[in-house]
Amino acid sequence: MGEPLLAVRNLVKRFGGVTATNHVSLDVLQGQTHALIGPNGAGKTTLISLLQGERQADEGVIHFNGVNITRCAAHQRAQLGLSRSFQITSVFIGLSVLENVVLAVQARSGHSFRFWEAASRAEELRAPALDTLRLIGLGDRAETVTSNLSYGELRQLELAMVIATRPRLLLLDEPMAGMGRQDGLRITSILRDLKQSFTILLVEHDMTAVFALADKVSVLVAGEVLASGAPSEIRADQRVRTAYLGSCG
Amino acid sequence: MDNAIASSNLGIENAANFRRLWPVCALLLLLALVPVISTLIGAPFLIRVFTRVITFAIAAVALNLVVGFGGLISMLHAGLFGIGAYVVGILAQHDFNNELLFHFLPGTSDLAIALPAAFIITMLASAIFGIISLRTSGAYFIMITLAFNQMLYYFFVSLQKYGGDDGLQVLSATTIAGFDSTSRIPFYYICLAILTFTLLFVSRLVESRFGLVLRASSQNERRVIAIGISPLRYKLVAFMISGAIAGLAGGLWTNGQQFVSPADMSWIRSGDFVLMAVLGGTSFVAGPVVGAAAFLLIEFTFALWTTYWQLPFGLLIVFVVVALKHGLVGAGRDALAKLRWKQHG
Amino acid sequence: MTVALFVEQLMNGVQFGVTLFLMSAGLTLVFGIMNMINLTHGTIYMAGAFVAATVAHATGSFLLGLVSGVSGAALLGLGLEAVILRRFYARSHLDQVLVTFGLILVFSDLFRMIWGPVALSMPMPQALSGFVAIFPGVDYPVYRLVILLAGLAVAVALYFLVSHSRAGMWVRAGSSDRQTAQALGVNVRLLFGGVFAVGSAFAGLAGVMAAPLTAVQIGMGDPVLILALVVTVVGGVGSIRGAFLAALMIGIIDTFGRVLLPAALGSMLIFILMAVILALRPRGLFVVHG
Repeated sequence: MGEPLLAVRNLVKRFGGVTATNHVSLDVLQGQTHALIGPNGAGKTTLISLLQGERQADEGVIHFNGVNITRCAAHQRAQLGLSRSFQITSVFIGLSVLENVVLAVQARSGHSFRFWEAASRAEELRAPALDTLRLIGLGDRAETVTSNLSYGELRQLELAMVIATRPRLLLLDEPMAGMGRQDGLRITSILRDLKQSFTILLVEHDMTAVFALADKVSVLVAGEVLASGAPSEIRADQRVRTAYLGSCG
Repeated sequence: MDNAIASSNLGIENAANFRRLWPVCALLLLLALVPVISTLIGAPFLIRVFTRVITFAIAAVALNLVVGFGGLISMLHAGLFGIGAYVVGILAQHDFNNELLFHFLPGTSDLAIALPAAFIITMLASAIFGIISLRTSGAYFIMITLAFNQMLYYFFVSLQKYGGDDGLQVLSATTIAGFDSTSRIPFYYICLAILTFTLLFVSRLVESRFGLVLRASSQNERRVIAIGISPLRYKLVAFMISGAIAGLAGGLWTNGQQFVSPADMSWIRSGDFVLMAVLGGTSFVAGPVVGAAAFLLIEFTFALWTTYWQLPFGLLIVFVVVALKHGLVGAGRDALAKLRWKQHG
Repeated sequence: MTVALFVEQLMNGVQFGVTLFLMSAGLTLVFGIMNMINLTHGTIYMAGAFVAATVAHATGSFLLGLVSGVSGAALLGLGLEAVILRRFYARSHLDQVLVTFGLILVFSDLFRMIWGPVALSMPMPQALSGFVAIFPGVDYPVYRLVILLAGLAVAVALYFLVSHSRAGMWVRAGSSDRQTAQALGVNVRLLFGGVFAVGSAFAGLAGVMAAPLTAVQIGMGDPVLILALVVTVVGGVGSIRGAFLAALMIGIIDTFGRVLLPAALGSMLIFILMAVILALRPRGLFVVHG
């Protein structure tokens, strides 16, 4: 096994008087799907933002693939292979579905200072983009304007963009947020396929999905890691039950 | 099987391209006929009017690259236009007076040198202003570019050597690579050619990888960063390209008017350029051409009617902003679509 | 530079700074609270001066001119807000720039229609037209001194109003979360109208105070508007304290710059300063939290 792909040590983030992330340490091993659960307000999204680079940590160290990325900017971390999906869908509404993914493919192929050839017609960008869309199940929606997509399809598009950059680690922030049962099952199925090829750190509230997908679970409460282990251990852990259900649970 | 689909797709694409492009081609053709028509009807001053339209159109198309496709509302473009304009004017003055600029540069009345100089110098200026302004966004960017525009205005007003407030007249006979460029009709076609190349370049740019990053950054910067691209450098290059073309337009302006003054680069003029882009429709590359024509023709018409033409003009602007969300081209397109809908039942 | 000259220019700088503060207070509040770029602010400044000059000439009373100028400006601001600008709070900054731009053109010619192209003069009030020795060797115009003190008083009053009063609290609440403020019973519409009116009154006051010192003419508001924008940006949008400090700093530096530097550099100095400050602090000197 060796070094974990992602090694977080003693990460701290304060906002004014509030300590949102309180000395968090965790590891994500290559090929693993590591789920991060916890009650609302526990600081899960903040942690994802700290890992992705949208926010800078006040203290602590993050190592990714052996490289210390603690002071790296977000776009640099993405170039190193760290890809993030947002809790509130974040795609390019005014572009076509294909253009969205083409951009992600383009991002990993060096700089974009090419001024003449049409991007969405360039085979070396178009082909991988279409492949990714088909993988995610949006192959037939490629030419649609993104604003015409349903909510579920938008979440799928976001996932397509996340994997189109051929990342090493996916940071998924509640990929099933706001989904009905049908859409949720579809996403779970997609994620189950993605598990085979990607290392994933997944924040999720949907417990069925978590226990179906996760190899390891960490519980975040009030900015601290309360418990960390195999799904079955976490399920049985009394402290976790108390944190979720209160002392009478 | 795939080949058949591919070629039929290409067929559909070509048809779509034709439907998109024929209005622009028609517009350019009409503009090309202006000298012919105006000579025939005995109104040669129209050539002058349309030279102004084309010059402004070039600047407005350039501005729209950052406004419509980059989401950056720049109030600096009149200032950049003015830099290019003064480069041509100053070089011509030094040539006429046989004086060296900065004690070592000879002046020139050859546009083949002066216009590229205007282009490059304005590009450099855009880079400097861009580096400072682009770190801010939204309303800050608007206010900062407005302030920088005025800085340039005050700067040129204080240059007594080049006329200051009264402006600078071009006394030498400018040429371009040999032949006389003060002659109205050849110069008109030079400007039209530059407009055509600008439209071609910008439309390719918008669809290119660079353009895709620019358009995406204007919609969702967070996402652009998350996929590994730093938007700032792309916005800066877009701003530089846009500014350089505006400077080129300024150089053409000086030659066309044989005169340049700080009034040509006031923040009101910056607002005029933004208005032209919006009038035409900011989502269309060629929109600002329609916008520039509409702007100048409306101004011309109102000025014939009353000396207080700014009043109805201002009211019209207010009306357009309140009522027409997609500019004239968008409104035209919507109207055409409705018509087509009615025809097909 | 002698000490006397230094003191005199310093006083001029502070006086100019105070005028700039009055202009930018309105701008920064309207932008910070309603997220609206209002370029008509210069027109409102101009309106204050024109109305004051007209009334002062007609009645012979500076005081009446002052009152009518300020209230005229406030009414104009209120009118613009109610009839047109109110619809633009939710629209893009581009639309806001264009609509206020159109309004500038309208009023520019409207004023020209009413008052003609020639500049008006505003008579200085008799009682304030003397000089006072504020420093050995410096006889400073009483009028400028009065403007300075009046402006400072307004600044202090505004600061306390916004940060320590109930109305100020409503204003700050309305800007950070409109819907919650509304749910809690704050009449946001009235509040925004009020902020607009007060901001316009300040602009009008600045115009009236400047009138006896300069020519009252079309376009007099433009340079002041631009500098007020610089003050707003440098001070940090939404911050009254920032606007005040930035206004003083810019007023003083601009005044000294014009006296000490050659013409080209003197007029550009403030913008260069703005560029330097923004290079270090892209969001201005005082960032308003939340």
